[in-house]
Amino acid sequence: MIKLVGVEKTLGGQPVLRGVDLTIPAGKLTTIIGRSGEGKSVLLKHIIGLMQPDRGEVWIDGTDIARLKGQALNEVRKKFAMLFQSAALFDSMTVCDNVAFPLREKLRLTGDTVTRRVDEKLAQVGLAGMGHKFPAELSGGMRKRAGLARALVMEPEIILFDEPTTGLDPLMAKSIHDLIVAMHRQFGFTAVMVSHEIPEIFGISDWVAMLKKGRIAEMAPSSEFVKTTDEEIREFIFVGGTFMTKGLPTASL
Amino acid sequence: MDGIARIGRYTLDLTEQMGRMMLFVLSSFAWLTRPPFRFYQIVKQLNFIGYKSTFVVVLTAVFTGMVLALQGYYTLRKFGSEAVLGSAVALSIIRELGPVLAALMVTARAGSAMTAEIGIMRITEQIDALDTMAINPLQYLIGPKLVASLIAVPLLVALFDVVGIYGGYVVGVQLLNGNEGAYWSSIESAVEWKDVYGGILKSISFGLLISWVCCYKGFHTKHSAEGLGTATTEAVVLSAVLILVWDYFLTSVLL
Repeated sequence: MIKLVGVEKTLGGQPVLRGVDLTIPAGKLTTIIGRSGEGKSVLLKHIIGLMQPDRGEVWIDGTDIARLKGQALNEVRKKFAMLFQSAALFDSMTVCDNVAFPLREKLRLTGDTVTRRVDEKLAQVGLAGMGHKFPAELSGGMRKRAGLARALVMEPEIILFDEPTTGLDPLMAKSIHDLIVAMHRQFGFTAVMVSHEIPEIFGISDWVAMLKKGRIAEMAPSSEFVKTTDEEIREFIFVGGTFMTKGLPTASL
Repeated sequence: MDGIARIGRYTLDLTEQMGRMMLFVLSSFAWLTRPPFRFYQIVKQLNFIGYKSTFVVVLTAVFTGMVLALQGYYTLRKFGSEAVLGSAVALSIIRELGPVLAALMVTARAGSAMTAEIGIMRITEQIDALDTMAINPLQYLIGPKLVASLIAVPLLVALFDVVGIYGGYVVGVQLLNGNEGAYWSSIESAVEWKDVYGGILKSISFGLLISWVCCYKGFHTKHSAEGLGTATTEAVVLSAVLILVWDYFLTSVLL
């Protein structure tokens, strides 16, 4: 389980997180929403230890990583994978080598075992036969798929998704969402996603949390979240009109 | 009071930056001592920093030796001392020009590329991706570059010395009809082992300086194209200035 307690962070003299308290349920897909510049990606980076809070605690399965460094932090990170906004593929490597990279580096696997696992993951994300290409030769959607294959290949317990559909057309965005949901169902990892894709995220998320003014303003199962009485949140999530939610047919103003 | 405050702030910032740079290089070396040992990465960087810099270093060395011989010949002729041309060329190259010019060439070719490569990896979150995979970027990216630079720069300097002396020979002996025997024997009698050691010591320290500064600047690139440009410029300028300043201090100690 992931638990953040009173997390505060100031960047460039500007307070970004002002005491975030958040519990992410294990095995569920939780989406964090909020206006641009609210610090959603910063929050995600605290969960995986890429940033350390000025104050507060970040608990990952009973370990507070807020002050961990070096090897101790790396041990906790073995539970994680992350799909970055830009996919963050290593541009000097082919797609195959990108996906194989954690297997070779962390598990010291070689040869046929690596090839088999890489081919399997590429097929799962719909990139079979594309392994020889370099990231620069792929479209935005394909890069995200390759990034997802790299995230999945170590079979992590927790996967963080930082705006996985940014810059994609609606159809490609839907296919990435469908892929995330399918992989989540198949492997049962804990998923934390930062997204602006409203209303789509209500159709795929188990839980939704809203970051507002540096704090979690509301967190609830997605079907409950849309019933919020907070005017500001309602304005934010219903700006596009009516939509489907996971477990409920339709929500509307 | 404002002026004093500004000076104080600048001094504090500079001290902090120097502290960060020191921690950066010490941490990188510390990570190198932990498994997995990255021999392949070191060989790859040796190829990039060393082998691929060979052409530009040889080219610089040839023309440096040639111009030294040309200037030296006409200057020495005024005093009837053309016979010591070989020693003048060799000592200038081995003690000063070899290490300094080879290091400046490596900075321009490989150092700038190191900063740009690491900077792009920073901007496109590839370094963060390494972190999330529990792979320390200092161990995977920086350490091999530091080691390769420490090995490659002295070898390039040695190559510079040999080629430069031959460049001087081509001009001083072949083109200007100087005495071949005098050229080589003056080198043999004037150049001592301590000159060679001094050159090697300089080249090792320059190798460390180049990769240290260039990797640090790349690693701390600000997240923009302008930031990458600034980091690359700062890396090259700072490396070049530090090479020249450090050269003066080392020379004053070694002489």
